Amino acid sequence: MTPIALMGALEIGLIFALVALGVLISFRTLDFPDLTADGSFPLGGAVAATLIAGGHDPWLACAFAALAGAASGLVTAWLHVRLNILQLLASILVMIALYSINLRIMGAPNMPLIGSPTVFAPFIGEALENSWLVQPAVLAVIIVATKIGLDLFFASQTGLAMRATGANPRMARAQGVATERMVLSGMALSNALIALAGALYVQTQGGADVSMGVGTIVVGLAAVIIGETLLPSRKLWVITLATIIGALLYRLLIAVALNADFIGLQAQDLNLITALLVGGALVLPQLKAKLRRKGGKAS
Amino acid sequence: MMRAEQLFKTFNPGTPIENPVLRGLSLTIESGQFVTVIGSNGAGKSTLLNAISGDLFVDSGSLHIDDQDVTRMPAWQRAGMVARVFQDPMAGTCEGLSIEENMALAWHRGRSRGFGRAIRAEQRELFRDKLAMLKLGLENRLADRIDLLSGGQRQAVSLLMASLQPSRILLLDEHTAALDPKTAAFVLELTDRIVQENKLTAMMVTHSMRQALDHGHRTVMLHQGRVVLDVSGDERKQMQVSDLLAMFEKTRGEQIDDDALLLG
Repeated sequence: MTPIALMGALEIGLIFALVALGVLISFRTLDFPDLTADGSFPLGGAVAATLIAGGHDPWLACAFAALAGAASGLVTAWLHVRLNILQLLASILVMIALYSINLRIMGAPNMPLIGSPTVFAPFIGEALENSWLVQPAVLAVIIVATKIGLDLFFASQTGLAMRATGANPRMARAQGVATERMVLSGMALSNALIALAGALYVQTQGGADVSMGVGTIVVGLAAVIIGETLLPSRKLWVITLATIIGALLYRLLIAVALNADFIGLQAQDLNLITALLVGGALVLPQLKAKLRRKGGKAS
Repeated sequence: MMRAEQLFKTFNPGTPIENPVLRGLSLTIESGQFVTVIGSNGAGKSTLLNAISGDLFVDSGSLHIDDQDVTRMPAWQRAGMVARVFQDPMAGTCEGLSIEENMALAWHRGRSRGFGRAIRAEQRELFRDKLAMLKLGLENRLADRIDLLSGGQRQAVSLLMASLQPSRILLLDEHTAALDPKTAAFVLELTDRIVQENKLTAMMVTHSMRQALDHGHRTVMLHQGRVVLDVSGDERKQMQVSDLLAMFEKTRGEQIDDDALLLG
């Protein structure tokens, strides 16, 4: 694998680290199985691409993308806490609806951004010779800042209340936590991060496409699961770190698998590999536990 | 002071499994009073507790805490007035969070939560002092996950948590039922101590008539969703478990077939 291909894998890995942190909040912190991601990721992309193409500042475009994502998360959470729709179903409804909304926003199935300003552009040379380095570097700064921000949030009074809401809602209410509000705000935060990832994604890929969201949730979940399998911990700063590492590792594994000619895998096999990887990561801890039990019996 | 008037609550109304649990229950608990509540299964003990805490709303009737009408107030809003220890040790503490994080959650009961650090140095000091009171060695395990503790330890911590902030009423829902007798005795003794030291208004549901008479100032018996017996003062002091049983049978004119009431 060439260094450029490696950095490319890292770049997408970093973007999906944001998705994974969002998934961590919904699936793990709030215990809310949320598939909105498949819609909020392209939503972020569509909003950002449309604003940038309209001549707006790319950072502003990112901010609006995150806001749009937050709104989509709010709708999913609202469908659940107020209208009592099953979590999974509520998120699927929003995801489906977002497909139409994303088409509306862009006015077309895709929107190229070739030559448009991006958040990376100010750091890239005339001949684009250093873009392969600059993009991952800028993304890394964003991810580290997000991670530190999340760690601080989870250690705060509100963050603790949100964690309690996911772990034991009845106890949380008994301690005066407005659990519904926590679910609403947590889901907004989760999908804001995912939409921000979408906004950054279209700026690295040179355009948005309405189908770019397919499988987002699986990749995010894969990262979370790989992370917690490799670095099991209860400490939140370790968990967020593990999630980021999981996302990077996932993209690297994919890149290696696709680059190794002797395996004969091609780009269209991506989703199959993803499914196998997530399946494997889910089974691995059980296998480990089984082996440990057997070992315990033998000794 | 807690005042419940004419509480009615029916589960699954209009279905074959319709179950009228509270049928016009009225009960007033004065400030500083420690009331024990007994009654057979289905008498409405837990439902009454859940109604006071706001976990469920009654169909009709009214609930006042001090002079505030809380009948329709959601549980989280009442939390500043109502402290609670659950029957299940798992229910009252938050799995996956550490001991100090659980205590920090309780430290903010009924207060607004912002974005400041949940656990500051002075709070950690306070938690350590409180835990040291238990003499269980937990003061050195602040960062341990709460699910590593035994049921009794968790109930003891739950009690501490319930007393970190002032409350108008402390609800104890058979909080020793899941414990072995020795641990139960320890948790009960701790309950008495905490209630006395903080001069709390408390309501303790128990399955044991012995416990009901040995603790608190007043004993109330529920049957079929109503208060059927209410003893306090000298009358209660001279009372034995057998007297309580006899009075119950006399009041209701029927036999108790629930063995659990006789235990303890």
